Amino acid sequence: MNIIVCVKQVLDPEIPPAKFKIDPETKQVIPPPGVPPVISVYDERAVEAACRLKDKLKGKITVISVGSDKAADVIKHAISMGADEGFVLCDPAFENLDSFGTAYVLSKAIQKIGAYDLVLCGRQAADWGAGQVGSILAEILAIPVITLACDIEGVDTNVRVKRIVSDGYEIVEAPLPSLVTVSSEIGLPRLPAGVRLMMARKKVIPVWKAQDIGAEASQLDKGNAHTEITGLSVPTRKIECEIITGATPGEAAANLASKLANLI
Amino acid sequence: MDNYKGVLVFGEIGDGKLTPITIELLGVGRKLADDLGEELSILLVGSKAGALAQEAIACGADNVYIAEDSLLDAYNSDAYTQTAANLCKKVLPSIMLFGHTDLGCDLSPRLNGRLGGGLSMECMTLSIDSATKALIATRPVFGGNAHATMMSKSARPQMATVRAKVFAPAERADGRQGKVIPVEDKLDASALKVKVVEKIKEQVEGVKLEDAEVVVSGGRGMGSAQEFTKLRELANVLGGAVGATRVACDEGWAAATLQVGQSGKVVSPKLYIAIGLSGAMAHIAGCLGSKYIVAINKDKEANIFNVAHFGIVGDWKEILPPLTAKFKELLSK
Ligand SMILES: Cc1cc2nc3c(=O)[nH]c(=O)nc-3n(C[C@H](O)[C@H](O)[C@H](O)COP(=O)(O)OP(=O)(O)OC[C@H]3O[C@@H](n4cnc5c(N)ncnc54)[C@H](O)[C@@H]3O)c2cc1C
Repeated sequence: MNIIVCVKQVLDPEIPPAKFKIDPETKQVIPPPGVPPVISVYDERAVEAACRLKDKLKGKITVISVGSDKAADVIKHAISMGADEGFVLCDPAFENLDSFGTAYVLSKAIQKIGAYDLVLCGRQAADWGAGQVGSILAEILAIPVITLACDIEGVDTNVRVKRIVSDGYEIVEAPLPSLVTVSSEIGLPRLPAGVRLMMARKKVIPVWKAQDIGAEASQLDKGNAHTEITGLSVPTRKIECEIITGATPGEAAANLASKLANLI
Repeated sequence: MDNYKGVLVFGEIGDGKLTPITIELLGVGRKLADDLGEELSILLVGSKAGALAQEAIACGADNVYIAEDSLLDAYNSDAYTQTAANLCKKVLPSIMLFGHTDLGCDLSPRLNGRLGGGLSMECMTLSIDSATKALIATRPVFGGNAHATMMSKSARPQMATVRAKVFAPAERADGRQGKVIPVEDKLDASALKVKVVEKIKEQVEGVKLEDAEVVVSGGRGMGSAQEFTKLRELANVLGGAVGATRVACDEGWAAATLQVGQSGKVVSPKLYIAIGLSGAMAHIAGCLGSKYIVAINKDKEANIFNVAHFGIVGDWKEILPPLTAKFKELLSK
């Protein structure tokens, strides 16, 4: 079985909100110094989902990422988890693409890789969180898509997916090849083990440019972007938190209860 | 691009009625259509759709497209995408609105991929740019740490999913006039590849999280599944529901359906009690609409204190039991 996983490198979403700074002019986030970027959470879980399938069914996992040359780190992370190989898709023309542009670049890389049974993506990126690259990619590849997987239960000629909905779950099937977007409910990703970690670190990750995958300039022209970010701001909230105290924690708790009971 | 006119709402039906978010979409859709000087339309699908056409008109729709096909009774992404895409290619809406619901989150990106429009998800504001007549949408990015303004210069339709309870519901007026237009295209069954084979409803104890007046949420600081159940006691006393952070769900202390936040449920109770959770923006995004937020956390620097109205700095183990006891005492009076 051949699985392709699309991953993105993002600003660590777990930095404390106080450290989060933007440049409203360029509409970009200013990464806090000394905080390395990470693999986007849901993408990491897509890698985990792929590894679980490989554990069960054997096969090959290929990981691709549109990003800067630093994106090799997230490919290596995926390889240390169990992926077999990966490619960074890096070209000045790929910078700040919208969802369509990103999906287009991924589709060209996937066509170059060739045969595949499953494409896995995270449900949305942890940074801009547009939540549409997977679905657009499936439309470009003209394959079925199942979103928000919390379990990939089985793969034969069909993929059988448990997907999360607001009041429970759905079991959904689609014929291969299909694309599945993965949600965090699939469970925690494995910790890379020692040997794999060392091997991954040494691996040289090939970089594909626009011409390597046959991406056409017209498709990457920012002037034709489907959506444009025209403003970026940090919401301000002015709430004074009233800290309730007491001689003991129990007294503070009782004071809080009395206060709230009057409000609700 | 100038051929694209009007606002089209993708309507959702639940329990034989237009769902609340659909009525909110008609409310904001009406306003956008009026600002453009164009028409508001709605697409309703499934064998019950026709019965709701007049209701949609009363809620502001000028045109109601009815796709009455039993294949559309339950959500199927292939069938819905096909139906909506066919209609869009005919009607050429300038703007298309969806709820940020299970359906909207699955359908809109796919439809966008097929139509080549411009989609912004989870929108909090929508307006029309007076100069270009384009849609301006704002949405949370970076887990709610920032808000982005989105526009589509030339891609049409301009699509948006809209969060529940952000916009006021449409004002109903019986006697409003509108057209009911059946969708004639039959579904191409050979293009339906994705099949829903089973639906499993998660049983929840007590009140539904989304409807609860009081939500008691816990995070990593609860420490274990066993300790996490103590939140249920407080919730029961207050007649409320239990919520959880993603960490608590990941740990298996709470069902995935109880996750509050950007990628979980959005709740707006009167009282939101946050215990042993740090208040990451991605979590807070799900509870900012609460009337009062209360924080119990041992770290006085935790971000939750920046959004809470009341708080206690301390170990929940020393606070939750007396808090529950005191509430019990006060509420029994
Ligand atoms: C794209 C994206 C989407 C996300 N979506 C969501 C979402 O929908 N919902 C969500 O919740 N998260 C979401 N997250 C994750 C989020 O960023 C945080 O990681 C998560 O909310 C943190 O959970 P927590 O507060 O339980 O854990 P922590 O951040 O670890 O906080 C634990 C807190 O407990 C306190 N504590 C510990 N022990 C005690 C004690 N004995 N008494 C009192 N306090 C104690 C600590 O001081 C600390 O503040 C998302 C992240 C990303 C990147």
